Amino acid sequence: MCLLEIQGLTHRFGGLCAVSDFNIKVTEGELLGVIGPNGAGKTTLFNLITGVYRASEGAVLFRGSDLVGRAPHEIVKLGVARTFQNIRLFKELSVLDNVRVADGVHAGYGAMDALLQLPRFRREESSGRERSMQLLERFQLDEYANTQARHLPYGLQRRLELARALATRPKLLLLDEPAAGLNVGEVDRLMDLLREVREEFRPTIILIEHSMRFVMRMCERLKVLDFGTTIAEGTPEAIRSDPKVLEAYLGEETPR
Amino acid sequence: MLYVLQQTLNALQLGSIYALIALGYTLVYSILRMINFAHGDIFMVGGFVCFAAATYLQLPFAVTLLLAMGCTAILGAGLERLAYRPLRDAPRVSAVITALGCGIFLEHFVLWLSPYPQHVPALLQNQTWSLGGLSVSSIQTAIVAIAVALMLVLDFIVQRTMLGLAMRGISMDMKAVALMGVPVDLVISSTFAFGAALGGAAGVLYSLAYPVVDPYMGVLMGWKAFIAAVLGGIGHIRGAVLGGFLLGAVEILVTAFLPSTYRDLTVFTLLLMLLIVRPHGILGRPTLQKV
Repeated sequence: MCLLEIQGLTHRFGGLCAVSDFNIKVTEGELLGVIGPNGAGKTTLFNLITGVYRASEGAVLFRGSDLVGRAPHEIVKLGVARTFQNIRLFKELSVLDNVRVADGVHAGYGAMDALLQLPRFRREESSGRERSMQLLERFQLDEYANTQARHLPYGLQRRLELARALATRPKLLLLDEPAAGLNVGEVDRLMDLLREVREEFRPTIILIEHSMRFVMRMCERLKVLDFGTTIAEGTPEAIRSDPKVLEAYLGEETPR
Repeated sequence: MLYVLQQTLNALQLGSIYALIALGYTLVYSILRMINFAHGDIFMVGGFVCFAAATYLQLPFAVTLLLAMGCTAILGAGLERLAYRPLRDAPRVSAVITALGCGIFLEHFVLWLSPYPQHVPALLQNQTWSLGGLSVSSIQTAIVAIAVALMLVLDFIVQRTMLGLAMRGISMDMKAVALMGVPVDLVISSTFAFGAALGGAAGVLYSLAYPVVDPYMGVLMGWKAFIAAVLGGIGHIRGAVLGGFLLGAVEILVTAFLPSTYRDLTVFTLLLMLLIVRPHGILGRPTLQKV
């Protein structure tokens, strides 16, 4: 079943066309990779899907309803979550609170309930705390629950970002360069973790990555962007030998 | 000794009013990095609502207090919606200038409604108890008790509720918090409402102690509370409380030994000197702006 369908998505910053006529259909449970050189429009694509930018043209149909023009928090509520290229944790909140903020999507942020100490507040507060703690255990971050996020080592911060995104219980998970800055061993562990996440949480995933080793092993299908346009699409094997892709990455071959 | 204790009580009374107002500045600053210079005038509106409720409606004190807090909460959230939200992505200076403009508007709007200073009828029966020569008035006790209770409520909201967690998230990364499902606009509106309600409550408590309200009463009080917030470390909730009480104490101390006309000069000189030593305030921490 088709979870996400993007039709003719175009976004311009002034005169610059960052994403141009982007089309895709993503089926439920799929793991799609988006690759391309720096500045190809990959992160802009994520910002368009999540409502950070409003698309100049086109439609983003998520389970049949258009996301264009909706506020970011509504889109999260509908079931889209993301991580960031440059980690954006709430640095001075505890590891547990980072996850609780995201878990709050389903509990609400009302103050009146809390002030009046209504039973509903107590119940939601403690169940939210419990769910968040379970998630931390699942990601082996529970021993750091009360540590401020900024004190975590880099690799664990990446893992916490993933846990935080999953706390919103997404149907579609957008990962922006999850392997950036990780060493080879950490990338291998991340791949294992992602496989487990797919098994357990069954989200549909779109993943931006520069590490070729990573996308070649993880993704079933790749989409290659350059200067905002799609230049190739297909299985990792097909992409690897596509002349257009080689040209975008390595430059045009010049006859000697 | 008795004299010192007596002055300490006076300092607590004045300090708790400063602290309540300072909290409004610090709350807004912590999430938007903006100084809401209309806040002193929200305090003044609180005083006028109190005057109107007590004079024309003759409401009991508790209802008057709640009414003033409700009205100023709506006013604070309304200002944010109409005047500051359209400027959220504009340079901070534009928002600050808008805030100054809103303050002047409020002063003159109230001046138009009520061109003369007004006398607020006694809201509470004043009793004075004598404790071993120390005289404690019921009004003084009420002011300090209500102010401290409101501070505890605010602290509970910020530290213990999901709304407070969302506020703290916004203060760290507004864009990311929206992408975790937090309705940012709603949280910002609530923050303005809470801050303004505390300012409104301060207006009522002030009218208990000094029962005359006039449209410009918020100007000097607002500036002083703002300085108290900066002194404690702007953006820092406990800092605002500390700064408020400290300012109250210094003022009372100065007037105890010097002619009262020297009060503001001496107080501000001392505070400015303290800021030279601790530019980020007492509890504030130097932050590095990412380049």
